[in-house]
Amino acid sequence: MAKEENTQENWKQDFPVKKEQSLQVSRRDFAKFLVFISGGLMLGSGFIAAKALLSPEEKSEQEFFVCKKSEIPVGGTRSFTIKGEGTPYLMIHLEDGSAHAYEQKCTHLSCAVFYAKGTGKIECPCHHGFFDAATGEVLAGPPPRALPKLVVVTKGDDLYVKHYRI
Amino acid sequence: MNSQLEFFVDMQRCIGCKACEMACAECETNGQESMIHVNYVERATSIQTTVQVCMHCDDPVCANVCPADAISKDEFGIVHTANTERCIGCSNCVMACPFGVPKKVEKYDMMMKCNMCYDRTSIGKKPMCATVCPSGALFFGTREQIAEMRPNSSPVNQFVFGKEVVKTKVHLMMPKGSKQLVVE
Repeated sequence: MAKEENTQENWKQDFPVKKEQSLQVSRRDFAKFLVFISGGLMLGSGFIAAKALLSPEEKSEQEFFVCKKSEIPVGGTRSFTIKGEGTPYLMIHLEDGSAHAYEQKCTHLSCAVFYAKGTGKIECPCHHGFFDAATGEVLAGPPPRALPKLVVVTKGDDLYVKHYRI
Repeated sequence: MNSQLEFFVDMQRCIGCKACEMACAECETNGQESMIHVNYVERATSIQTTVQVCMHCDDPVCANVCPADAISKDEFGIVHTANTERCIGCSNCVMACPFGVPKKVEKYDMMMKCNMCYDRTSIGKKPMCATVCPSGALFFGTREQIAEMRPNSSPVNQFVFGKEVVKTKVHLMMPKGSKQLVVE
């Protein structure tokens, strides 16, 4: 290809040889860049929202054995994971005798939360976020949402959990 | 840079003394390597030598073929040597240049070529090679000066290599009336 024929080629305009052209960012190019990036972000978040709306969460009715209630002292906790899943969970044996299971990851920045014995509150030590140990609701601090909760099924002395997202 | 001053190369006047190579290699900005090259034409039968300095093309092929964007041309029309941080030593420019100017310096694994003594010419001084040439094969000055010195020659800066037409910043002195040099 003779040189005269390729002066308008895209690669030549994208990789200009002249120093002043390679340093120059035109107003139009900058606007194109902004539109491209913000358009990409919009499409991406739209896709995520549509996916969440169109495919509802599947609940598993399968029950998983955690431990015997008598193994956890009153006001104590036991952390556990469900087989095939990496998320850490926390089983709490409250002072009133009830048992609750929550995800152990704070909804703020995923720090590990713990049950503050005798207070009825789950505490996140990173930024002093507090959750209600009976419901998982946020009581104070930066967490934006309640802690994800598992349903605890008590069969005699055995504690089972279910209703986690597949 | 004084735009009135231009580079004129008269290859027929080259006597092969290599004073230009010595002068060029004195400069520490190119690592004591000469960026100008004196070549024998037909060494077996002739003592004629030619001198090749970078012609500083209007649309430099070396820069166009560079995959690392290491060669650029500035607003004065100087095609600069490879940006040391970008050059990957691929030798694309060495293969592409129609004048055979870029040389890959294996010691540095990098291409090095003439930048027309940018530090000197940008403040109105002559390139080192042009200051030392004893026979006037390399001349840096105005068009009027060269017309007076070489009344039987015309400066030519258009070269035809097959379908490729190359225009350069540096002029070659050709017999009077020549408009372009066609290389078959």
